[in-house]
Amino acid sequence: MSHATHADSHGHDGHDGHGHDPHGLHAKYPFLAHHFDTPNQQFESGKLGMWAFLATEVLFFGALFVMYAVMRFTDPEVFSFASRYLDTILGGINTCVLILSSLTMAIGVRAAQTNKKGLLVTCLALTLAGAIGFLVIKYFEYTHKFHLNLKWGEAFYQPVDEAEAQLVKTEPAPVANPVLAIASPNPSAGAAGAELVSLPPVDRTAIAAPKAGPDGVVSIESLKEKAAAAASHAHEEIPHLVDPGLPPNTHRFFAIYYIMTGLHGIHVLIGVGVIGWLLVMAMRGRFNSNYYAPVDFVGLYWHVVDLVWIFLFPLFYLIH
Amino acid sequence: MSSHSHAAHDGHGHGGGHPLVGHLVPYSTLFATGAALLVLTVITVAVRYVDLGEANIYIAIGVAVVKATLVSLFFMHLRWDRPFNLMVLVGSMLFVILMMVFCMMDVGQNEPTVAPGNAPLVQTYLDSNAPFAPVTSK
Repeated sequence: MSHATHADSHGHDGHDGHGHDPHGLHAKYPFLAHHFDTPNQQFESGKLGMWAFLATEVLFFGALFVMYAVMRFTDPEVFSFASRYLDTILGGINTCVLILSSLTMAIGVRAAQTNKKGLLVTCLALTLAGAIGFLVIKYFEYTHKFHLNLKWGEAFYQPVDEAEAQLVKTEPAPVANPVLAIASPNPSAGAAGAELVSLPPVDRTAIAAPKAGPDGVVSIESLKEKAAAAASHAHEEIPHLVDPGLPPNTHRFFAIYYIMTGLHGIHVLIGVGVIGWLLVMAMRGRFNSNYYAPVDFVGLYWHVVDLVWIFLFPLFYLIH
Repeated sequence: MSSHSHAAHDGHGHGGGHPLVGHLVPYSTLFATGAALLVLTVITVAVRYVDLGEANIYIAIGVAVVKATLVSLFFMHLRWDRPFNLMVLVGSMLFVILMMVFCMMDVGQNEPTVAPGNAPLVQTYLDSNAPFAPVTSK
């Protein structure tokens, strides 16, 4: 501890460094940069810098979590409907994969601290495998959704094939009683409509085309077809466009889903890069109980990636 | 263990694998933390299939907060770290919560975007042209 107090007298003004090394620390520890007095000061400074970076990560993701909250508060039915299209099992497996890779990372830090090179290399390899495994599972989730056009924006409303296009197609012309069709999207209204049609004729020319809605007025027949198509499938198999329970603006859920899980996925990808670099350095024996700061700091980053997923998982996959 | 605080490791970096810098976390603590995280994951998935009404989301977020606390305290060494690092993390989270609270206060006052009843154009047509429609004053 004594050199910590001595440092103030001769440590800060002159950066010619190695000339001022009364305790031989710089000679003893080659990794000690000349602008630090002790290994502990160097380690704690680096760690504080890492935490400052992690704070910006928290703010970065925090803004998106606020966006999520606003969107979910505005359209709660969209979130409870659309989250059923996410695979809870795959999401749960991914959660466990990330937790286990966080555990191996923490064990790896301890291995580096105790000079266990073999254990460190093993742990880093396992962590790397977890990161890649997470991305592989995420890839299958994404491609499955892309196949079903569960996307953001206008793409959400494109039929995936000709059969679905026929199901989704709505025809304004053959509506027997446009008034009832406009007034009630409920197919059962058609029965009452049959009786009312014989009443004084309706001047159809007076009906203005609806301003909104590319497919025109919804016909009762098309609604019946949709209901029949929906009933003939297990729930997960219903194309979302013909699901009678589809709330308006469901594409918003997939927008925020891809933004948040995509940004998280990019962080995992970066994690793959830095953990891979650590693995190479560890195999070359660059780390020991005195110098393991890169392992510790990458570990902190990796735990934050885990932390973000710990919140993303219930918010997207576990909506009751 | 907490007596092995920061800045106290200078000079005995070679004995028994004790690090020159930082803090050693026992394997038992690491494995217990990992096991707790996995158990909490199972719990939060199970709660998803039980209808508890409003409580569902609060339980889900509560479990996530507990898991995040475990990760940051034990995996990220904050339990034994300099308190300033914890302040940096908690401080950033407080600002996120601040933004969240103010945004939600604002959103809570929004008019509903879906008005009850028919769309105005449809309602106008119904009022004037529907069979047996009440005669409205022009």
